Amino acid sequence: MHKETWNRRELLLGVGAAGIGALGSGLPISALAQTSITVGFIYVGTRDDYGYNQAHAESAAELKKLPGIKVIEEENVPETQSVQRSMQGMISQDGAALIFPTSFGYFNPHVVTVAQRNPKTRFAHCGGLWTQGKDPANAGSYFGYIDEGQYLNGVVAGHMSKSKKLGFIAAKPIPQVMRNINAFTLGARSVDPSITTTVIFTGDWSLPVKEAEATNSLADQGVDVFTMHVDSPKVIVETAARRRRFVCGYHADQSKLAPQAYLTGAEWNWITPVKAMVEAARSSKTHPNFIRGGLKEGFVKTSPYGAMVTPVARKNADDVKARMLKGEFNIFAGEIKDNTGKVVVAKGVSLNQTAIELESMNYLVEGVIGRG
Amino acid sequence: MNSITEAWEALLLPLLAIVGALILFGLFVALAGYNALEVWMLLFMGAFGDAFSLQNTLLRAAPLMLTALCMALPARAGLTVIGGEGALLVGALACASVPYLWQPPSGWFGLAFLLAASAAAGAAWIALAGYLRQYRGVNETISSLLLSYVAVNVFKHLVEGPLRDPSSLNKPSTLALDDSWLMGSIGTYDVHWGLVWGIGACVAASIWLSRTTHGFATRVVGGNAKAAGLVGLPAHKLVIMACCLGGAAAGLAGGIEIAAVHRAANASVIAGLGYTGILVSFAARHHPLAIIPIAILLGGFAAAGSMLQRRLGLPDASVQVLLGFVFVLILTAEAARGRLGWQDMRAWWSPSAQPLAGRA
Repeated sequence: MHKETWNRRELLLGVGAAGIGALGSGLPISALAQTSITVGFIYVGTRDDYGYNQAHAESAAELKKLPGIKVIEEENVPETQSVQRSMQGMISQDGAALIFPTSFGYFNPHVVTVAQRNPKTRFAHCGGLWTQGKDPANAGSYFGYIDEGQYLNGVVAGHMSKSKKLGFIAAKPIPQVMRNINAFTLGARSVDPSITTTVIFTGDWSLPVKEAEATNSLADQGVDVFTMHVDSPKVIVETAARRRRFVCGYHADQSKLAPQAYLTGAEWNWITPVKAMVEAARSSKTHPNFIRGGLKEGFVKTSPYGAMVTPVARKNADDVKARMLKGEFNIFAGEIKDNTGKVVVAKGVSLNQTAIELESMNYLVEGVIGRG
Repeated sequence: MNSITEAWEALLLPLLAIVGALILFGLFVALAGYNALEVWMLLFMGAFGDAFSLQNTLLRAAPLMLTALCMALPARAGLTVIGGEGALLVGALACASVPYLWQPPSGWFGLAFLLAASAAAGAAWIALAGYLRQYRGVNETISSLLLSYVAVNVFKHLVEGPLRDPSSLNKPSTLALDDSWLMGSIGTYDVHWGLVWGIGACVAASIWLSRTTHGFATRVVGGNAKAAGLVGLPAHKLVIMACCLGGAAAGLAGGIEIAAVHRAANASVIAGLGYTGILVSFAARHHPLAIIPIAILLGGFAAAGSMLQRRLGLPDASVQVLLGFVFVLILTAEAARGRLGWQDMRAWWSPSAQPLAGRA
């Protein structure tokens, strides 16, 4: 419900002074001072979804606090012609110089198409798909290694679980999601190798009814700590809390929904890459086409621990986190087997977060019950 | 005389409903602390204010014209089919999967094949609902809705499984169409040829319904199936044909979404265009020609909603509220047709109006 007051005055002045005709021509770019920059954000869901879109909206809200930046936003924009129109509208009607189309599915063909048509506007897409040589130079992408947060979730879950059965509710068996499931499980099994993670794939990014069903079904099977990779974790957090189970959050901080059940969470900290992109645009530096980072770089963060998290669990997770912050900890360090017994990371091999083979992960590690 | 007042009524009632909805919406945003006048201005500006807005509106309207026909044509044969989304998805799937089976020639000729496959798939999908209703007594509203859920799952299964392009890691998609098959823009405008297909299909459907024997027979079946049977009309055939034509339109919409926008089939195509078509068709009273302006109006609301969000920070839900007002008032206006003092009003400018009892 944010209101742009300057815009309203501008409009009312326009109405009073020159009527509708003048309004039509007087609205767009001319109203903006030369020194300021207009930045657009586009979300695929609602800004207050306690999840993926909220994490991005939080960075937009933080950006608004900086001087000389005008932020315009649009929510619930599907990955169709609509998003192309929204981007073009931000450029042609609002004079946006930098646009953050935040949904993964916006990139190809939508961002690529609009970027080619508007070479002077910069595009920063979330998801890390930009390829040198193939995609336009005024486009780029940023992403974070949030599997570090999921590993820490797993460590805390491993300490807090009594049944030794963890639950992971996921949207689709794609590499990014599988990497999170594996990191969570590896974290938990670093505490106790007898722990298992049962995975349910719902089939899409936002299916609240199926997510609730999956949570209940796993709770019936004895799962006592949940985490997830869906767009809005809200329903899973609430359902797990109702069933008196614990939950580790994802995307944003969901502790408000169930403080008695929320252990910790893996959160995005998008303001870091967003600021980098905005600063480059304002100082006319080259557009950072491809930026990534984890805890160390400030791209991801963890939610504060819930009151029920034991000192042992906190200490263990804090120790690992400290090593991650120093860049001394690799999640995918051999030997790692998948859940069919095949060795996927050989003994002695330790994969850094930037390792290219992690990008096409198509297996679930030992201890995960479920199939991709 | 009667037909003139009816046409007048058909034009005026939806118009009044839309104006009423805009007034209600103005009150609604005023209650939320926004300036209603400013909101109205932006609604107009965003939808029809300049060349950019107009193209924006038309682009959003194009697929709705085709998906609305999927509701409208079976409706004229007496069926309430709400499965346009399913037909659109099988159409999209057909368009993207033809090259897996057989490589069509490059250029517009190949595109024609792809679109024909889309239309055929959509036609078969809705014909199935029509068949189930005519021969097995299954309610077509329920079955077409359930078929849409089936289509979503079949679509996802094939796109994420057998048809998946192995290089589409985190956004499972089919292989992209060859560049030569893509549907381009109309001249230098920012609107693709799908708009021409949409308008063309609506005009053709209108001619079929009002100017051909087959269309007339379909309307008779829709008006009174028993009477149609008594005069020897093949009701089953006519109903299923209407379903085929409606389904073909929605399937074509799916094909155009692939060929003009997405280039490959993936979950982004599942965006509810088929469901919005239901709204358009009802608002147009299932008249193919009326679908064109109503689809443009809805496209305009979507375009304006985009601007309202950017300029005023209104949540997206506010446009849904406006659409809700429009829909409720159009349905209310339907109930008011020929009632609520309409007769008296009519008497003011047509003194020779028939007495009340004379009206059906």
